[in-house]
Amino acid sequence: MDRMEIEKKVRDFLVEELEIDEDKIFPEAKLKDDMGIDSLDFVDIVVIVERNFGFKIKAEEMAGVDTFSKFCDYIESKVN
Amino acid sequence: MKRVVITGMGIWSCIGTDIDEVRESLLEGKSGIGIEEERLGYGYQSALTGIVRKPVLKGLIDRHLRRGLSEEAEYAFMASAQAFKMADIDEKYLEDHEVGCIFGNDSSAKPVIEAARIMDEKHDTELLGQSFIFQAMNSTVTMNLSTIYRLKGVNFTVSAACASGSHSIGLAYMLIRNGLQDVVLCGGAQETNFYSMASFDALGAFSKNMQEPAKASRPFDRNRDGLVPSGGAAALILEDYDHAVARGANVIAEVTGYGFSSNGTPVISQPSDEGCVRAMARAMKDAGMTPDDIDYINAHATSTRQGDMFEAMAIDKLFHGKHALISSTKSMTGHECWMAGASELVYSLIMMQNDFVAPNINLDEPDEYSACLNIARQTVHTEVNAVLSNSFGFGGTNSALIIKKFRQ
Repeated sequence: MDRMEIEKKVRDFLVEELEIDEDKIFPEAKLKDDMGIDSLDFVDIVVIVERNFGFKIKAEEMAGVDTFSKFCDYIESKVN
Repeated sequence: MKRVVITGMGIWSCIGTDIDEVRESLLEGKSGIGIEEERLGYGYQSALTGIVRKPVLKGLIDRHLRRGLSEEAEYAFMASAQAFKMADIDEKYLEDHEVGCIFGNDSSAKPVIEAARIMDEKHDTELLGQSFIFQAMNSTVTMNLSTIYRLKGVNFTVSAACASGSHSIGLAYMLIRNGLQDVVLCGGAQETNFYSMASFDALGAFSKNMQEPAKASRPFDRNRDGLVPSGGAAALILEDYDHAVARGANVIAEVTGYGFSSNGTPVISQPSDEGCVRAMARAMKDAGMTPDDIDYINAHATSTRQGDMFEAMAIDKLFHGKHALISSTKSMTGHECWMAGASELVYSLIMMQNDFVAPNINLDEPDEYSACLNIARQTVHTEVNAVLSNSFGFGGTNSALIIKKFRQ
């Protein structure tokens, strides 16, 4: 899965399932402060990522993953 | 003791999703019953159900506040928003005052079943997501409403089968009367999804008259063949009278009596005329009223032979020869179960405000127990000053509420 496809999938679920405004989604956007994603959202994101990318997020691997770009990096590292 | 008044009400049901629409349905004797074909495929004996519109909450509430709402909590939010609006209670008021929240609810089957299905397949709780827990508990309604409205007062759910909604109002009334709360949002909510009623359908208690859905629910009628499940939500704002006056609120009516009892009998599904009588008599004693004072009885009668019979016997014991008109609005709405005690108080308030008694539709031939009762078969235009509303449930729980037109 190439980077563009990953970014599109992530952007789509952030907009459709988490109802985040598209203009709040950009590479350096902070997941928590810019997009308003809270700890309960992350519980749902585990489910959504498993459904879309076929793997389960591990909390300990998410340390330092705090922007849209880093989140896509993490997914890219897991799916490829 | 404080006087307790009603300053707001809201309704989301199969006969309408606001007060005006429901008033017209009650006046016309319009049924809200229909067919949900999927029930037969799922394995139900009957596809009859109240047809309740699904509210659209996107745009009304932020997603973070919306994600924990079960089906019945969504209905309860819509009804509560109407009630707060009518009571002229806004965000600023809620921020500055202590408002309580008590609702009747006794199931939330859909999220329980959906979560169990995921667990059966995945065997991993991390793949459940966060919303099921807030949707699956019986207290889903009060936990969500109290969070959405940031309420600071009493906050719990009453689970008492088909008397849940009525008891919630009775408890709110007692808290205010004793000076423990000034304002309480109370009511009842009932899910309508087909997961929720399968085990009730299992008892063979539902009407199978699928050829004529509008005629299926026929309380007190000799030719009834069972009840029709239904749902939605109803909300009321109960308030200390002095507090209502001080903030310039419009008073709709006064709650003057609450009676409760348990049947004390050994069969879990069997009603009892003695139990019903004790709840009604306790409510009238609490209100300082006699059967002569009651103008209208909103009967619990669900359209089952046993339930209708025991209530008819109970009403006859207390109201024989008295003038009170009787009807079961379940003839139009079906059995709104956990919400019924609250919705039927809203229906009664609408009648009180508009000087009519709604009909007990489909009563073509009263049975041997109801023939002696003063049942309104058509809409009766008359002044309604005092109402007794009955609710009875499995396990022998009984509740009776009395409201009257407010007078200084």
